Amino acid sequence: MEKIKTKIRSFIIDNFLFGDDNGLKEETSFLDEGIIDSTGVLELVTFLEDEFEIEVEDEELIPENLDSINNIAVYLEGKSETP
Amino acid sequence: MASKPFSQDVLTLDPEKEVDKICNKLRKLLSKQFKRRGYVLGLSGGIDSSVTAALAARSVGPERVLALLMPERHSSEDTLSLSSSVADHFGIPTVHEDITGILEAMGFYRRYNDAVREVIPQYGKDWKSKIVLPNLLKHSGFSLFSIVAQSPDGNTIRERLPLKAYLAIIAATNFKQRIRKMLEYYHADRMNFAVLGTPNRLEYDQGFFVKQGDGAADVKPIAHLYKTQVYQMAEYLGVPENIRCRPPTTDTYSLAQGQDEFYFSLPYDKMDLCLYGKNNDISVETVAGVLELTSEQVQRVFDDIDTKRSTTRYLHLQPLLIEAVPEISY
Repeated sequence: MEKIKTKIRSFIIDNFLFGDDNGLKEETSFLDEGIIDSTGVLELVTFLEDEFEIEVEDEELIPENLDSINNIAVYLEGKSETP
Repeated sequence: MASKPFSQDVLTLDPEKEVDKICNKLRKLLSKQFKRRGYVLGLSGGIDSSVTAALAARSVGPERVLALLMPERHSSEDTLSLSSSVADHFGIPTVHEDITGILEAMGFYRRYNDAVREVIPQYGKDWKSKIVLPNLLKHSGFSLFSIVAQSPDGNTIRERLPLKAYLAIIAATNFKQRIRKMLEYYHADRMNFAVLGTPNRLEYDQGFFVKQGDGAADVKPIAHLYKTQVYQMAEYLGVPENIRCRPPTTDTYSLAQGQDEFYFSLPYDKMDLCLYGKNNDISVETVAGVLELTSEQVQRVFDDIDTKRSTTRYLHLQPLLIEAVPEISY
């Protein structure tokens, strides 16, 4: 789980914050903090699909799965458990 | 307006007063700000550009207005005849500039088809397509665009767009609005005219325009009016009925595309009332009651309005400076 969080954190900081972590916490909401807009969601989904070799289904495109480092990590863990 | 009780009629305006206000302002801007002699606009055959043309003609006289008719290969068949009929109706001179050749030279059709083929490899020259968003009322999560493609034998394929293909399709399609604007400024410079933009309030507020494309203009005379009000103005100004009865379309993709499947989550009349309700602190429950939607659905629309405002902020921004240049400020 920690390895996954590190990868996501690094992607968010590199891609959306240009290297400045701005106090990004694992529970920080990307939307509330204005880190990600709708194109950003698409970038994030593309990253997750490529990096973790998964397919994010339409019904999974919800803040509960994608709006923070913690949420994404839990979502990915659930995905890996799905047969 | 905010003091009126919230109802379907809350957007009813006094068209005569509104027309006078806009026409006076358009005259003043020409003489005091722009120092130009008339107005150019692109006429699409839609309600917004038709009303803007009528206002310009009434404001400075039709002979001081030039309407450009700029269809291309993917425009709907009636675009040219509808836009010509509006110009004729108001006595506005026109120039027909078919932009297919320019788009061809810019590689638009090739770039667009290549981008679609990243998702639908069999997409061929004779196929048609459009991009669509999921219906916000039925879907509670993030909305990502899909491409809908139709083969010549009528089979339809729908695929969600990955980042690269999505950006490539939008980037290519934006050529259309930017080429049209380039031609508007060419004719404006040639005639010493200024350029009119034609967005209504919904489009302006929600960033439904292309930066340096249809978003570029010297003045946007109806950007403060909800689309429902634009229709009221159209009736008062005598815009031909076939224009007033035509459902709003983007007329941008080769497959017919309603504005409410591409960008807005509801038909314009309901979208207008949601935007008005949100702007005037009307409760979600009250708006839901008038629109016969659930409170949850209206809340989603309110949230989507905020998301679009935030996502499209970049489109509204003027070029920014690192330091102010105090001698140049308007």
